[in-house]
Amino acid sequence: MSRKTLVVVGHGMVGHRLVESAVARGLLEEWDVVVHAEEDVPAYDRVALTSWFDGRDDLCLVADGFFDTPGLELRLGDPVVAVDVEARTVTSRCGLVTPYDALVLATGSTPFVPPVPGATGERRFVYRTVEDLGRIKAAAAGATRGAVVGGGLLGLEAAGALHGLGLETTVVEFAPRLMPVQVDEAGGVALRRLVEDMGVQVRLGASTQQVLDTDGGLRMEFAEGDPLDVDLVVFSAGIRPHDALAREAGLAVGPRGGIDVDEACRTSAPDVYAVGECAHAAGRAWGLVAPGYAQAEVVVDRLLGGQATFTGADLSTKLKLLGIDVASFGDAFATTPGALELVYADPVAGVYSKLVVSDDAGTLLGGILVGDASQYALLRPMVGAPISGSPADLVLPVRGDAPVGAGAAALPDSAQVCSCTAVTKGEIRCAVSEGGCRDVAGVKACTGAGTVCGSCVGLVKDVVGLELKALGVAASTALCEHFDLSRAEMFEVVRVRGIRTWSQLLAEHGRGAGCDVCKPTAGSILASLHGEHVLDGEHATLQDTNDHLLANIQKDGTYSVVPRIPGGEVTPEHLIVIGQVAQDFGLYTKITGGQRIDLFGARVEQLPQIWKRLVDAGMESGHAYGKSLRTVKSCVGSTWCRYGVQDSTTLAIELELRYRGLRSPHKVKMGVSGCARECAEARSKDFGVIATDNGWNLYVGGNGGFRPRHADLFLTDVDTDTLVRTIDRVLMFYVFTADRLQRTAPWIEGLEGGLEHLRAVVVDDSLGLCAELDAAMERHVAGYSDEWADVLADPAKLARFASFVNAPDEPDPSLRYDTVRGQIQPAPRDAGPVLVAGPTLQVVR
Amino acid sequence: MTAELLALPAWTTVCWLNQLQVGRGVAALVDGDQVALVRTPDGWLHAVGNRDPRSGAMVMSRGIVGSRGDRPTLAGPLYKQVFDLETGECLDDPSQRLPVHEVAVVGGLVRVRLARD
Ligand code: SRM
Ligand SMILES: Cc1cc2nc3c(=O)[nH]c(=O)nc-3n(C[C@H](O)[C@H](O)[C@H](O)COP(=O)(O)OP(=O)(O)OC[C@H]3O[C@@H](n4cnc5c(N)ncnc54)[C@H](O)[C@@H]3O)c2cc1C
Ligand code: SF4
Ligand code: FES
Repeated sequence: MSRKTLVVVGHGMVGHRLVESAVARGLLEEWDVVVHAEEDVPAYDRVALTSWFDGRDDLCLVADGFFDTPGLELRLGDPVVAVDVEARTVTSRCGLVTPYDALVLATGSTPFVPPVPGATGERRFVYRTVEDLGRIKAAAAGATRGAVVGGGLLGLEAAGALHGLGLETTVVEFAPRLMPVQVDEAGGVALRRLVEDMGVQVRLGASTQQVLDTDGGLRMEFAEGDPLDVDLVVFSAGIRPHDALAREAGLAVGPRGGIDVDEACRTSAPDVYAVGECAHAAGRAWGLVAPGYAQAEVVVDRLLGGQATFTGADLSTKLKLLGIDVASFGDAFATTPGALELVYADPVAGVYSKLVVSDDAGTLLGGILVGDASQYALLRPMVGAPISGSPADLVLPVRGDAPVGAGAAALPDSAQVCSCTAVTKGEIRCAVSEGGCRDVAGVKACTGAGTVCGSCVGLVKDVVGLELKALGVAASTALCEHFDLSRAEMFEVVRVRGIRTWSQLLAEHGRGAGCDVCKPTAGSILASLHGEHVLDGEHATLQDTNDHLLANIQKDGTYSVVPRIPGGEVTPEHLIVIGQVAQDFGLYTKITGGQRIDLFGARVEQLPQIWKRLVDAGMESGHAYGKSLRTVKSCVGSTWCRYGVQDSTTLAIELELRYRGLRSPHKVKMGVSGCARECAEARSKDFGVIATDNGWNLYVGGNGGFRPRHADLFLTDVDTDTLVRTIDRVLMFYVFTADRLQRTAPWIEGLEGGLEHLRAVVVDDSLGLCAELDAAMERHVAGYSDEWADVLADPAKLARFASFVNAPDEPDPSLRYDTVRGQIQPAPRDAGPVLVAGPTLQVVR
Repeated sequence: MTAELLALPAWTTVCWLNQLQVGRGVAALVDGDQVALVRTPDGWLHAVGNRDPRSGAMVMSRGIVGSRGDRPTLAGPLYKQVFDLETGECLDDPSQRLPVHEVAVVGGLVRVRLARD
């Protein structure tokens, strides 16, 4: 197949990010990439531009030798001057005509210079490129006074720079305050004081009428007030998307400029994309670098055949101006109907903090921090989340160690805790003290609080906890220090609120960065509800190493692979493949207690190769790890056994294929025996099925392990459809409501009303939940795909299976093995070298 | 002073910053030693030893990244002991510790310099 050409116009921050991502994600396998840059230097960190004045010379974003990569070409100082979308070519200033198969416009933006007389010419500058800064620095050498037109984010940054160059500096702003887009009036007052304290003068409400050349200098004249005499002026009054090239090529542009793109970042012309500040995406142009990076990733994903979209980004900003803290986030201007503002101001210390909260003061909507933005990192992720405690605690300066949850104690009994169901704090306390409720679940059932949107659950929990404490009862079902929720509550919150990502869950209901308890729990819940691949995006960060590498870690850091053998039935051909894989990779082989074969000693970088062999032979690897279905043990049943009354093997295979991959609170095991002799030990499983003359008996809640327990009889003599539907429902109800690492037996014991209650829920539909349980299971069954094959098909996932990020195929040099009974075994750690693990095969990527 | 500077190990360029997923570690080979590189959600990059002190296995890079109080942490994937990523201290067992290496990002590339022990 002939190679295709991707042309990138613009080598700024976003354009370069796109090229980097294209290389990292393997686009060069089929594409050549040509980059046209207007500037004479390769892409650099424009965000850190100002630090160039401090002598920083490492702003370059391009690694040494990066463009030596075959298939990559960078044409510096040769901007594209025309695009022909019909002929699919671009023409550069040097006259080079390059045909493209795909074109990306990443031309950034141009500084906006107000159209007043005398705005351009000598001693007038803009602030966008290294070249601009070079000119400013040269002009500043013989100067004493400078002005910056524009008191926004960039203007203040430029003013800080002029001040740093030793100039007497004035900021001229048209609006009545500084940073009018991010900061409100009172915040502007505080900011102005801080800026003036730094020695920079501020002139507000000043509209520049003209700039005149005087003897050796400039005179700025305003609509009102005295003129200002300076040696140089920097215009930093905003930016405009650099869309001229696109306009001339006939591409559609947004109402206020910017190349119009859809959520795949496609422009109106076929195979032409636009990203970064030149694009008008998701309804606006984005003047920050992060949204541009997101767009770059979308385009690379699309070129690789993916479905990524850009639908918007966070515009929160924090100013990095020489020692002044300013931050603005969320609904900073309280535009939400009914929004309340909480303000703390200390003019002496130069601090102004404002938080915007919902009309019930229960949810943080946004805020402005001037003078002290230390709380920014903490507050920004809380936007949209219920405030536990008094909102005032968030805005007041931190004093000592106020206990978390103190807010609940401060609420009066009449305060509405749950706004969806109008339940007050007093009613919740009463449910605990008089109604006998001992946890959040009980209070929810009794009062209804927390059962609608779920956003008050944290507060409900605080109130319950306080009341229990007052009663002298100790109880905490909190998962860990990051979540006050139990697993079941977390499940409920995720389900009811439709949460799809860890970030959202943590921001709305947790704190800190999570841990090895809450992250895998959240990962499991998100997987059981939405069925996305466990390694998709952020989900990957939640998984225990077993789920992350889809295999089971062993004591020496290698993994075991347990090919799925549904129901324990295996063809000789498959057995041979398993044997051959074990032989080729030098793996220790053992028959498990669960009717399958475990292959031990596989290294991270070997796992995909092993799976590929299995997948090619029509098998899959299996879940011997993870909280999910393990095996469905079978006996041979009526097909061969002289006593068998039903085909237990076929049912076992059906059940294993139906429930494989479902993420659950703990592992789940099943067994199917063909008659009452019970050779499959079904009653020692979570779900046991035993054949009868008339159909099947179902047993639930058995296990071996630490506290062996036989399963209890649940249904008698049912047909296969009824049996499967009932298992579906019990299993899903378990997934919905059990606690973390609670197997089915303790779960059933913990249900109020026990087995009878369970039967009422799944057989008589007493909670009206069956339709939802059925639908959830349908979704799981329909959505199942071979997780291991999915990894093989996705280069981004495959990249995780590298032993070292800088030496992807190099075996862990610390591994040592002995040979015992003809197979490898990990050598004691301090023993000398014996044999390095199995052969190294070439990884196919 | 000069002698001391000379004795410092060299910086090794290991990978692109954007090869590292926030909230997940990777292993790297640096001067024949194994390093776990971890990018935490607050934007920091940490480099600690890849050897799990309890098992001796080279697995720390595969642990779960998180926090305890205000400390950024990494949990051992085999036995779940939690280490402070900044100091290398084990927060569950003071007798264990991970070496903490220097790490820097220059022009989008991650560089590591081994700690002297
Ligand atoms: C491989 C195997 C032993 C063997 O060589 O035969 C095994 C190996 C492990 N078992 Fe098991 N169990 C194995 C069958 C069993 C059985 C027998 C059975 O399934 O019929 C039981 C008792 C039945 C039961 O679970 O109710 C069993 C009860 C446990 C328990 C205790 C569970 C309990 O509720 O008390 C644990 C601990 C846990 O899960 O928390 C455990 C945990 C483990 C772990 C996951 C421990 C670990 O974290 O490393 C081992 C993983 C090995 C691996 O890498 O695959 N294993 N384990 C068996 C795999 C069966 C399979 O094909 O999936
Ligand atoms: C001083 C300063 C501070 C900033 N601070 C922040 C901050 O704190 N946070 C933040 O998120 N953002 C900040 N930004 C904004 C950030 O730099 C931009 O969002 C980002 O650079 C946009 O990337 P881009 O690739 O779209 O555009 P650019 O980086 O501007 O790159 C566009 C490139 O395309 C080139 N080009 C244009 N036309 C052509 C053509 N026809 N042919 C070839 N090449 C062409 C241009 O010369 C330019 O090199 C700051 C910007 C400045 C100037
Ligand atoms: S019984 Fe214990 S040692 Fe044996 S496989 Fe199960 S968990 Fe491991
Ligand atoms: S506020 Fe309680 S459920 Fe919505």
